[in-house]
Amino acid sequence: MTELILSRLQFAVITSYHFLFVPLTLGLGVLVAMMETWYAKTGNETYKKMTKFWGKLFLINFAMGVVTGIVQEFQFGMNWSEYSRFVGDIFGAPLAIEALVAFFLESTFLGLWVFGWDKLSKKVHLTTIWIVAISSNISAFFILVANSFMQEPVGYILRNGRAEMTDFFAVITNPHVIYQFPHTVLSGFVTAGFFVMGVSAYHLLKKSHLDVFRRSFHIAVIFALISTLGVAGVGHLQGMHLVESQPMKMAAAEAHWETENPAGLSLYASIDEQGQKNNFEIKIPGMLSFLLYNSFTGEVKGIHELQNTAVQEYGPGNYVPPVASLFWSFRIMLTAGMWLVLMALLGLYFYKTKAYEQNTLFLKLLLWTIPVPYIANIAGWFLAEVGRQPWIVYGLQRVEHGVSTSVSMLSMLIAFVGFMLVYAALAAADLYLMVKYIKKGPEEADLDEHLNSEVKGASLWT
Amino acid sequence: MDLNILWFILITVLFAGFFFLEGFDFGVGILLPFLGKNDQERRVLINTIGPHWDGNEVWLITAGGAMFAAFPNWYSTLFSGFFLALFLVLVSLIIRGVAFEFRSSDSNPLWRSTWDWMIFTGSFLSALLWGVAMANLVRGVPIDAKMQYVGTFFDLLSPYAIVGGLTTLFVFMFHGALFLSLKTTGEMAERAMKAAQGIALAAIPVVTLLAGLSYFQTDLFASLGASITLVGSGAALILASILIRSRKAGWAFILNGITILLFTVSLFWGLFPRVMVSSLNMQWSLTIYNASSSPYTLKIMTIIALVMVPIVLLYQGWTYWVFRNRITEKNLHY
Repeated sequence: MTELILSRLQFAVITSYHFLFVPLTLGLGVLVAMMETWYAKTGNETYKKMTKFWGKLFLINFAMGVVTGIVQEFQFGMNWSEYSRFVGDIFGAPLAIEALVAFFLESTFLGLWVFGWDKLSKKVHLTTIWIVAISSNISAFFILVANSFMQEPVGYILRNGRAEMTDFFAVITNPHVIYQFPHTVLSGFVTAGFFVMGVSAYHLLKKSHLDVFRRSFHIAVIFALISTLGVAGVGHLQGMHLVESQPMKMAAAEAHWETENPAGLSLYASIDEQGQKNNFEIKIPGMLSFLLYNSFTGEVKGIHELQNTAVQEYGPGNYVPPVASLFWSFRIMLTAGMWLVLMALLGLYFYKTKAYEQNTLFLKLLLWTIPVPYIANIAGWFLAEVGRQPWIVYGLQRVEHGVSTSVSMLSMLIAFVGFMLVYAALAAADLYLMVKYIKKGPEEADLDEHLNSEVKGASLWT
Repeated sequence: MDLNILWFILITVLFAGFFFLEGFDFGVGILLPFLGKNDQERRVLINTIGPHWDGNEVWLITAGGAMFAAFPNWYSTLFSGFFLALFLVLVSLIIRGVAFEFRSSDSNPLWRSTWDWMIFTGSFLSALLWGVAMANLVRGVPIDAKMQYVGTFFDLLSPYAIVGGLTTLFVFMFHGALFLSLKTTGEMAERAMKAAQGIALAAIPVVTLLAGLSYFQTDLFASLGASITLVGSGAALILASILIRSRKAGWAFILNGITILLFTVSLFWGLFPRVMVSSLNMQWSLTIYNASSSPYTLKIMTIIALVMVPIVLLYQGWTYWVFRNRITEKNLHY
């Protein structure tokens, strides 16, 4: 193993792990804020119970997101120092702005929300959770601006041996981020929507706290449906954009070796990566052209032609990313997405007919659907990041030129193993707490609160 | 004044702010197992920093982001050069961060004591390692002509660096003890004050030793500004320890806060205009010019920082106002 492989592996694990917590934060913050809004409007205690129950789960998840996010920021300098030197002039800016504009708000106001239940007026308290929800989504925007520069560099000039920013506005309105931001944020909403539906289904199955979980289900089903359709719609537009901006990524994701017009969509392919061909495939004729151009004709360039173009443009080298990983990541994401659309539509149907509570099969399916958005999220990032290979900055810097040169293999190995151990232990603790609080449900939490409300300063932390 | 200098000052401010704010919650974390005799008392101690630690930590994240944006070479050389030290810092910050959130979520005594020790270990290592890192910045580390760190992890553990680590460790513990004597009541406040008085006695010789070693091992005293602020920092510490002897915790806290601020300013002033000193060849040091971003990026970032920093200070200040009351066992939050 080399420093490069180890750094890539570490980046993949640390980033994927971080992104297990981010999507739920993005969506659940908004849902909790909505619940508290209803509480503030109606004064109905059920909404307060809901706010506190989902809020507790939000907090457990949020803590994990925060601490793993610090590693995320520091690892560029630690493992990818040459990359950091090369793009720091552009890449550092959105990260710093994210901290100044969004993360400060998020952390500070979360503290106010958690500890401020009876120190702040109802309205101010409600405002604090909205600030948390909105700023976490603004955070996502700036992080994705940074990532988008790696995917589709804009607003820069190559000067002094590095990429220097020439147009800040172009960087933050990168066409890549225009699609990636809604796609990512809505995926977070989907994750939270199905999380709330799944957990509600668990309690509806057990017939416990029906008032809380019926209402939670109602909010979540609408939220999940709108977001799921949104993700699919934006994803379609994003695909149409990516075939222009990163044709190799899309060709690899389709295991599409030869240029075709019209191009077919492979449902299954047995990929021979060495021989650069598919031994066997099941194709829908013309479908790929249709997905990319909304028309059954249209040329889709194949990997071979794109490789030749890349050699002409960048010199000799292999510019083909790992085809099989991308092909299957893409299909896992799409299958998961279709499953979620189906479940959201079923959810709407059963909600409209008020039949969901009796339909135990549907409720069980919902419970088992909780992991599906997570799978889709990670598969989506694999598609985005592995599809960027061999580039660390698309067309500008190859990944092997970005890795730190001054860090020894031993140091990297120590850090990698160390992070894995710490992360595994934290995952176990996090999962234990999540399951515990999900099972416990809202009422007992409320009981604790009654004990505490005799003394001043009772809050969520019961 | 050019923007490179402005950003150097801003990063100094961010680190000073981080050490001032997170300094007391590192201190509280270190003192947790010693001052909290039972679970209830430890909850009181943790709750004094409960609403704040996360916001305090953002100062570090912002400082990291600001280094990356304004001085990418500094960020790259420092983070890859101090690789293992930073790995330890990250693990420390991770374990104490989740511990604050997780420890009271289960009543199992083993669960609680495990997380309490995580808080202690994470706070202790962080407090120590930040001093080690800062001392190394000033003393210089092996950096070659290509801005690459060419030493090992153990090169970072010179006696000077260790004294630097002990300095932040004791000063932050003192800071935490003073903070606790302001934020708790009764016997707990009394205990915290006693602890503060004791820690001050250990902190003063360590800081004196660091100042003495700095004279021989660094060029800190070549800068008049750095010399004055370093002496001022020591004087503030002595004053703080006298004040806490006469039980004036509020004033002692302010003065020890000044100790931390002046100490940070002194180190950065001594560095200026370098950001990392090369121990191999002075010419190879990183400076605010050869490590910086382009003028365009600095301009954009300056506009954003000048707008945002005052707003951040305003609302963070407000949270301290909202939670200004002392914490007792009767108004526990979690």
